[in-house]
Amino acid sequence: MINKKTITSIGCVVATAALAFALASCGNSETADPDPQQGGETSSELTGSISINGSTSMEKVIGTLAEQFMADNPGVTITYDATGSGTGVECARNGSADIGLASRALKADEAGLESITVALDGIAIIVNEECGVDDLSLEQVTAIFKGEITNWSEVGGSDLEIACVGRESGSGTRDGFESITDTEDACKLAQELTSTGAVITAVSSSKNAIGYASLSAVQDQEGIKAITVDGVACTEETVMDGSYKIQRPFNFILQEGADLSATAQAFVGFATSAGAQDLIRAADAVPVK
Amino acid sequence: MKRPAKRIEKVFHGIFLGCGLLSVFFVVGISAYLIISGVPAIKEIGLVEFMLGQLWSPSQGQFGILPFILTSLYGTAGAILIGIPLGLLAALFLSKYAGPKTSRIIRSSVELLAGIPSVVYGLVGMIVLVPAVQNAFSLSSGATLLAAIIVLAIMILPYIVNVSATALDAVPQEYEEGSLALGATRTETYFKVSLLTARSGIAAGIVQGVGRALGEAMAIIMVAGNVANMPHIFGSVRFLTTAIVGEMSYASYGSLHRDALFSIGLILFILIVLINVVLNLIVRKEEK
Repeated sequence: MINKKTITSIGCVVATAALAFALASCGNSETADPDPQQGGETSSELTGSISINGSTSMEKVIGTLAEQFMADNPGVTITYDATGSGTGVECARNGSADIGLASRALKADEAGLESITVALDGIAIIVNEECGVDDLSLEQVTAIFKGEITNWSEVGGSDLEIACVGRESGSGTRDGFESITDTEDACKLAQELTSTGAVITAVSSSKNAIGYASLSAVQDQEGIKAITVDGVACTEETVMDGSYKIQRPFNFILQEGADLSATAQAFVGFATSAGAQDLIRAADAVPVK
Repeated sequence: MKRPAKRIEKVFHGIFLGCGLLSVFFVVGISAYLIISGVPAIKEIGLVEFMLGQLWSPSQGQFGILPFILTSLYGTAGAILIGIPLGLLAALFLSKYAGPKTSRIIRSSVELLAGIPSVVYGLVGMIVLVPAVQNAFSLSSGATLLAAIIVLAIMILPYIVNVSATALDAVPQEYEEGSLALGATRTETYFKVSLLTARSGIAAGIVQGVGRALGEAMAIIMVAGNVANMPHIFGSVRFLTTAIVGEMSYASYGSLHRDALFSIGLILFILIVLINVVLNLIVRKEEK
């Protein structure tokens, strides 16, 4: 049990440290632009490099896919900067990355881009094991985060005040959660944390807390439980068939009609192929089909 | 024989000068960059609205940083209020009462305390202190200004202890002996003579502590809750530093939101410079 906590904590440290690096990361990707000269060789073997930039939530999926792709094609290097969905879209738009990543659908004002859904991610609603609640309706989740329900006893739990734990403004998980629960800019939070690990730690250490995090991050965590929403548990199956409501897509963002290098095209093809489904599953996300 | 030696001297003079100028260059460069990148957003938002606005909500176009400024000031003041008495008494013990062995053990642990990375303070604070605060005051969440103040106070303690102990060590023994000879007790002597004589050194330690507390981000981002509320001792608060760190990774390039974060950096920078200048002026005056 102590070990488990330590592991969570280490995740926390890593995530916090990653923040510091995120500042400079978008610029870095320029150095990794694919070399057009190399792509001109007519051999079947892929060479060159692919720069990917964007959503931190997609780190595990992209890491797993990229590792396999590079193992299959030794001449290819893939660089991935985990910055954020906003930056990912921006990098795809201005061409500083070959592929942008966004853990949300494109917004109306983000024109000239196309998105390819690679995987799905369920956003689990997590509470402390001792709050006495196992199921909430989507409306109740909304009311809790808006501050309309302030005590767990109002939704059938113990007599404890509710403390909502959220993510920082701009986070893909927050954006996903708030747009689905219709709580945009209306959340009354007790804590705003900058990483999934921090949210899980905060919820596991407080009986009053409720928070949200990626499905992949909350499995087998001590001290917290993912509640069912409208009676549906957050699992791979319920996310895939759409019955679990709080879910979001993991998208590749490309420039519309972009002149993608053969290598990058091959990677996009690989990520959406049937063979990648198991890898996506291994990375704790939900394949599209 | 003389000439090459002179030339080498000149070369080394140049190298030393270059190294000396390097830090000046860095300070000027960073200041210039902060001003260039921080001013546009302030211009767009309006200085008064930026500095005195009480609502920070970038997605709604609200950029008021008064809550952050007040939180930073309150947090630092609170940390100093706890840190000074603790630090001074510890320094007095180390310098005047402790035997060489005890002194060595305590001094090295104080130095160790200064060497602990701030993220570790935050981690321990998050897992131990935050639940403790929550239980002690039966709050719904322990991530509060109070938790941040306690973490900051512990973090600045080594600065105050180290610098003050050194200053107290330097108090001429005759002063203390004179006081004792006049019939004062040891306690009276240390409080009325030693502390007074060492005051400028102690003030320097406090200046360092204030600087550290104002500039700290990593430790408090994990314990302060980070919601942009007006400061309340039992409320979730966001500091100037954590406002930058928390949102920088997600604020999109070229947006007013990102520029406003740079502006917060500029305000923080000005605040730290101002406080340092004022405190140093006070110390200088005292010395004269």
